[in-house]
Amino acid sequence: MTTHPVSFTVNGTEHRLEVEPRRTLADTLRDQLGLAGTHLGCEHGVCGACTVLVNGEPVRACLMFAVQADGAEIRTVEGLAEGEALNPLQRQFHVNHALQCGYCTPGFLMLATWLLERPEMLDEATMRHVLSSNLCRCTGYQNILKAVRAAAQEAGKWSGPATV
Amino acid sequence: MNWVGRRVLRLEDAALVRGEGRFVGDLVAGAMAVRFLRSPVASGRILRIEAPKGALLVTGADLAGVRPIAPKLHKFNFVATDQLILPRERVHYVGQAVAAVAARTPEEAEDLAEAVHLEIEPDPPVIGLDAALAPDAPRLHPHAAGNLLVDARIATPGCAAAFAEAAHVVEIGIRSRRQNAMPLEPRGGVASYDKASGRVTLHASTQIPHLLRTGIADCLGMPEADLRVVAPDVGGGFGQKMQLFPEYVVLVWLARRHRGGFAWIEDRSENLIASAHARDQRHRLRAAFDAEGRMLALEADILADVGAFSCYPTTCGVEPLMALAEYPGPYRVAEYAAHARAVTTNTCPMAPYRGVSRPVITFGLERLLDHAARRIGMDPVELRRRNLVAEFPYRTPTGLVLDEASYLETMERAVAAADLPGFRARQEAARREGRYLGIGLSVFNERTGYGTPAFATRGMEITPGYERVELSMTPSDEVEARIGASPHGQGLRTALSQVIADELGLDPARIRIIHGDTDRTPYGWGTFASRSAVISGGACKLAAAKLAERLRRCAARMLQADAAQVELREGMAVVGATGASIPLASLARTAHHGSHLLAEEAPEGLYEAVLYDPAGTFSNACHIAEVEVDAETGGVRILRYIVAEDAGRLINPMLVDGQIQGGVAQGIANALYEEVIYDADGQILTGSLADYIPPTCAEIPEIEIHHLVTTSDASVTQAKGVGEGGAIGAPAAVVNAICDALAPFGIEIFEMPATPDRIRALLRAAQEARA
Repeated sequence: MTTHPVSFTVNGTEHRLEVEPRRTLADTLRDQLGLAGTHLGCEHGVCGACTVLVNGEPVRACLMFAVQADGAEIRTVEGLAEGEALNPLQRQFHVNHALQCGYCTPGFLMLATWLLERPEMLDEATMRHVLSSNLCRCTGYQNILKAVRAAAQEAGKWSGPATV
Repeated sequence: MNWVGRRVLRLEDAALVRGEGRFVGDLVAGAMAVRFLRSPVASGRILRIEAPKGALLVTGADLAGVRPIAPKLHKFNFVATDQLILPRERVHYVGQAVAAVAARTPEEAEDLAEAVHLEIEPDPPVIGLDAALAPDAPRLHPHAAGNLLVDARIATPGCAAAFAEAAHVVEIGIRSRRQNAMPLEPRGGVASYDKASGRVTLHASTQIPHLLRTGIADCLGMPEADLRVVAPDVGGGFGQKMQLFPEYVVLVWLARRHRGGFAWIEDRSENLIASAHARDQRHRLRAAFDAEGRMLALEADILADVGAFSCYPTTCGVEPLMALAEYPGPYRVAEYAAHARAVTTNTCPMAPYRGVSRPVITFGLERLLDHAARRIGMDPVELRRRNLVAEFPYRTPTGLVLDEASYLETMERAVAAADLPGFRARQEAARREGRYLGIGLSVFNERTGYGTPAFATRGMEITPGYERVELSMTPSDEVEARIGASPHGQGLRTALSQVIADELGLDPARIRIIHGDTDRTPYGWGTFASRSAVISGGACKLAAAKLAERLRRCAARMLQADAAQVELREGMAVVGATGASIPLASLARTAHHGSHLLAEEAPEGLYEAVLYDPAGTFSNACHIAEVEVDAETGGVRILRYIVAEDAGRLINPMLVDGQIQGGVAQGIANALYEEVIYDADGQILTGSLADYIPPTCAEIPEIEIHHLVTTSDASVTQAKGVGEGGAIGAPAAVVNAICDALAPFGIEIFEMPATPDRIRALLRAAQEARA
């Protein structure tokens, strides 16, 4: 099958690739760039495990072709940690037991990263509404919400009453 | 300092939150991609399978010498089914793998699969319990008369008499619709061939690496020692991944035949259609009560639609026979009769899913009690109070021994937390506004941590139960624990490290739990049946205690003291009387590199192996759900959810709460949302996550958890298993709450999931009946 040249940055590093036009961004990140932290849970855009940020917006990497990301700035879970140290959101996931098997975690982390980086303050209803885009099968969600709430508080972004 | 009992953060997290976990899908590099062709029809005769010239195609004909999957029970009129790895003549369900193709990339393998010509002549399938049990039903398996694979009866002698003299006899029928455990990571495997040794390594997303190795080796007739199975990070399993699936046998066969690597990572649709299903059951229940509401007798007729074949290793008996053995739950009932049947149909095979039959029997019994309370005119809590077992040990009519528990106390704790009088006032006020609030409870016990003796009563040819641990200390004094158990995301490494740390006076961070690799761990059964913390944890405690004793003796020799006076704490061996001490690191170094100095104390070095095989213990809980039902739409919102539970001593309360929260979410899904639906032709209508609908954080409420601690001698760590309880208790509590909400309409619900459609239909029927 023919391939197309694409170039984009992932976590600040520029990549130039030849990809099949039918290849999804998720498969490209995983198989061609070795960034396997972006997980595939359904490949039809429901579970959100493959959520990455493309030009600052959360995207299901299973529903986007790599060629559509030409020229984009992409961020994945591998870009979150600050060197050896977990970033505040990752640390809150750890401290609040917001993961069990960890398969959905990269998607939730990227979605929550987007939530926390928006200029607006974050409230409970918005948080629940946005995080209901993704599925987790292990935790029953409460600890994920707790972790995001705590990270928002830490960042001075929580508009509700302090809970932790 | 004690590590057990503390909220120790997980050792597993650091890699996972960085996206550096290693799941099977991350290990496919260099392997050929395998795609399975799946049957498009529920029943039929294979006429032709043709691939384009030069394609790598595997069909049943290629696997002529390969043995089928055929697990057995030696009791209960069990009929074994031969599940061919790839069928040669007939297909038995939609989604059954009928052939495999392999290509360089997954995309090419999918292209190739589409180019294969698969011709199957369809026959009328047998779909659903009624069709399978009809007198003229075609037989799925020629030797299974009546399409029954299990037909078991038990009865205590006085059952009929108890019904005859009862003040009240109550009867209900319940229906539980089919579920998929739906781990977020679907199934997958990568088989690679080592040309130097001739061995194959299979990485698979499995809960049972050792048993998977045995099963595959048996099918292929290969030496088990030439196969290594590794479970890397597993993205949830919930029972679904404790099976020997034909796909894994094909992967290993391909690796051996072609001396190369082959990977199969299934897609979500394959998982929904063709992995394993659960809980497709229908029961009739009758109970006899005396005038004071004491249950005198219980009768259960249990039908389980188990699909086309028996799952390996538990067999299709796992659902109906668990229901038969455990229906009375935490209640005192002297007389009990049950008839349990496993019914085979042209659908995806059933396999255990978190709780197995207990979510269904708890739903049945707790619905029955609420229904009986209405009939007798007694408060449902009071009715339960009069019937819960309060003296232990208690022997159930099926011979189970209930160890010390807190059935009444957990219920009272949950009821107090729910503030029933306050709720009834709010309910009244809401009804005046045309809003329907309801509250429901469920009380249950959860048989956990049971070893070989318990499984043996089922007559299983493959009888699981024990767990082994091999513990050793390195020269630099880390402890390596090689366990036969195999975690699938529940934080077992952390919990076991805590148990070992306490015995040895070490920080859990110095302990390495080595698991999930048949080359590096002793034979064990894996993770299922809420057993890992109890059995593997018990083995860890016993082994660590032995290692601690050995270290104390070594220290006593080095310090010229009495071993009885040596304490291990914070990495040191300390003599209580004198304060003399020696670092464990120094003892470890000497034991390895100066072993002549410790020839008496540690003749075999710092190594201990323990096998633990307990009889089992029962944890227990009471769940209370408060709901609001929209009488127009049939929609249900959960307003409050309370769990009072008793899992004995908590090794790590954070992990226990995590298990409960996750389990309750699955139980709520079972109660309200998830359902695998087949049409009359056996086509599956729920093959995507747009149709099979797991709940999100918008549907799952905060879960308030109250812990009670009742310990028993049945578990050496005093911990009871807690992996399944959340999923067991929630469906009954939620549906009882819906029934309470809809009491003004005279509606009761006996089927789950209680979807808006089902609730609306009942409301309509009630309104029409009134009109």
